[in-house]
Amino acid sequence: MDFDLSEDQRLLQDSLAKLLKDKYGFEQRKGYIKSETGWSREVWAAYAELGLLGMPFAEEDGGLGYGTVETMIVMEQMGRSLTLEPFVSTVVMGGGFLRHGATAEQRAAMVPQIAEGKLLLAFAHTEPQSRFDLNDVATTAKKDGAGWVIDGRKGVVVHGDTADQLIVTARISGGRRDRDGIGVFLVPATAQGVTRRGFGTSDGQRAADITFDNVKVGAEAELKGGLALAEQVADETIAALAAEAVGCMEAAKDLTVDYLKTRKQFGRPIGSFQSLQHRAAEMMVCLEQARSMAMLAAMMAGETDAAERRRQMRAVKIEVGRNARFVGQQTVQMHGGIAMTMEYAGGHYLKRLTVIENMFGDMDHHLAALSEEGGVFLAA
Amino acid sequence: MELRFTEEERAFRQEVRDWIDANLPADTRERMASGRTPTKAMQVDWQKRLYEKGWAVPHWPVEWGGQPWSAIKRFILSEEIQSTPAPSPLGFNCNMLGPVLIAFGTEEQKKFFLPKLASLDLWFCQGFSEPGAGSDLASLKTRAVREGDHYVVNGQKTWTTLAQHADWIFLLVRTDPGAAKQQEGISFLLVDMKTPGITVRPIITIDGAHEVNEVFFDDVKVPVANLVGTENRGWDCAKFLLSNERTGQARVGASKERIRRLKLIAKEAPGGARPVMEDPRFRSRLTDVEVQLKALEMTTLRVLADENRALSQRKPNPASSVLKIRGTELQQAISELYVMAAGPYGLAAPNDPEADGRNEPDVAADWQTLAQATYFNWRKQSIYGGSTEIQKNIMAKAFLGL
Repeated sequence: MDFDLSEDQRLLQDSLAKLLKDKYGFEQRKGYIKSETGWSREVWAAYAELGLLGMPFAEEDGGLGYGTVETMIVMEQMGRSLTLEPFVSTVVMGGGFLRHGATAEQRAAMVPQIAEGKLLLAFAHTEPQSRFDLNDVATTAKKDGAGWVIDGRKGVVVHGDTADQLIVTARISGGRRDRDGIGVFLVPATAQGVTRRGFGTSDGQRAADITFDNVKVGAEAELKGGLALAEQVADETIAALAAEAVGCMEAAKDLTVDYLKTRKQFGRPIGSFQSLQHRAAEMMVCLEQARSMAMLAAMMAGETDAAERRRQMRAVKIEVGRNARFVGQQTVQMHGGIAMTMEYAGGHYLKRLTVIENMFGDMDHHLAALSEEGGVFLAA
Repeated sequence: MELRFTEEERAFRQEVRDWIDANLPADTRERMASGRTPTKAMQVDWQKRLYEKGWAVPHWPVEWGGQPWSAIKRFILSEEIQSTPAPSPLGFNCNMLGPVLIAFGTEEQKKFFLPKLASLDLWFCQGFSEPGAGSDLASLKTRAVREGDHYVVNGQKTWTTLAQHADWIFLLVRTDPGAAKQQEGISFLLVDMKTPGITVRPIITIDGAHEVNEVFFDDVKVPVANLVGTENRGWDCAKFLLSNERTGQARVGASKERIRRLKLIAKEAPGGARPVMEDPRFRSRLTDVEVQLKALEMTTLRVLADENRALSQRKPNPASSVLKIRGTELQQAISELYVMAAGPYGLAAPNDPEADGRNEPDVAADWQTLAQATYFNWRKQSIYGGSTEIQKNIMAKAFLGL
């Protein structure tokens, strides 16, 4: 058992930390939000140069062959800086779909482009009625000669507004909530019949509402794996988001503790008051518990037993969510009014943590499911 | 980063499991499984078996009966003992006094006491807290005055766990009331409980159990040879003792066992229309505790991996402070789940003729009558060994610089 990073992993962490220190001050971030895409093409190019965008892909496909620990390291740094770029959408989710569900030809065509920063992906799964259920799919895919015709509507497609290719779940057969009969399709965002309406999310990022009206794609557009593929990628994404949340929580805790030391009221630093000291200590407990779960997630993201992997990821999502909520809320509470303002970073950690909490299932969703599945520790 | 147990570690776990199965007496196993604490005889018998196997004090230096094991291997042994459940080696002997003697004791003290601590030939209890010195331990007043080759001890200790079983007590006493700082006038003594002038009076806790005691010292003569370390530097021993074996405090193995048993019980426990376990509200509470326990297990492993390093490479790890706080919170949360599972039959107190002179019928199952008693008793966990509030004071100072 060894929780240390390797030399290479440390190097990755340091070089990304340095890049973000240069490019991702809070004021710079405000500029990126105001730009046309809502994030920075320049930073994206810098990621490509660092090799981050080809990270999870096999070397023979044009990637670096990195694993889930490297994803954790990168996401934690991005969480610290509240980055806005479509890294999760393109590299974690898009990358997951391509690695597990695409043909060698598709990977050969797309991976080098992703690695160079020229191709953006987004995962379109949420529907108006589906809430967090990946199997609740009303969007349809009907056979059309050799290819498919896709009809339906997907909402809150994170970074769907700037994506070049959309990865879409659609029902090939069965009832709306059946686990069988779901296909996963690669659809060019510019295909005839795709209409995208971009909007801002509550954490300052971007998403799109997308309708598919008689959209024709070829036979090769269907990735192999169906719902199981989508669930595998969702689990990998939960692991990445857990690490991002840990980065957010750590930065928020540091910011808060600094503030407690400098802000004076009643003639003394507010950090000298025991009620705030204990709350800060509790934040630290929360951070460490979340960090433990992000590590568990990195370990379990590659687990081949899907049921086991899903149970562990549910535990990760619940525990990270619980602790993130406490740290996010207390960051605002202990700062007082200043963290209520858009001007100051503090409140933005709460915003990002809240978005993460509500992606791929909230605490109640996973708690109910995990209870049904027998809990965390199954009888031997 | 590699978070899985190695092949060798998994094989060791199986070896431990098999050995416990073959060696744990049936009556001890039964008593422990019902959620009771072991009797003195059970504790002594079991620890002697562990001692003979070389497993009572694996964390001690090899020359004093320890094993050249990794922290993880030691963790596996203690987790298996907890999850059987079997009695853990007596903490006062093995985790508290033993390491203090190894670090601060004279050769004579080590030679005389260490083997007896490991084998439980001598049962030690801990004389730290006093009526006026709880969280503020350094304010203790029990006085020891040197007269020739003896100290004469006068004062009172309290919350002395299992003093009724103890042969000896390790004691913090004030030897220099005039010291500039109160921490600087304290000494660490070993005292035979049979010495004239010692009186033990039981304290019955809210669960009805006799676990803790008051211990009174009235002109008790203690040979100077029983001083551990330097006179007036006993606080160093106390601090060292309190910082030891951080990972033990989380008791993840014991909590996992309690959860496993609760799941079996709740499957059968009547819950009106359906067994308790089929009530979605109960089940989701249980799962929620399991999730937190999983996180604590991971945090424990992180601290362990840290303890595996050479001392010189260790940094104070904030994760270790999490263990006492969350570990005790979760043990308490599990005890609440037992109360909920027991429902109305949990109202029945355990039948204890020794305590109340009545011998009345047991109307409920063991686990039902123990549910509330255990719940009441375990409120102590967030109080002893540095209360949750003290832990947070320490964290704020040591890690947050507040």
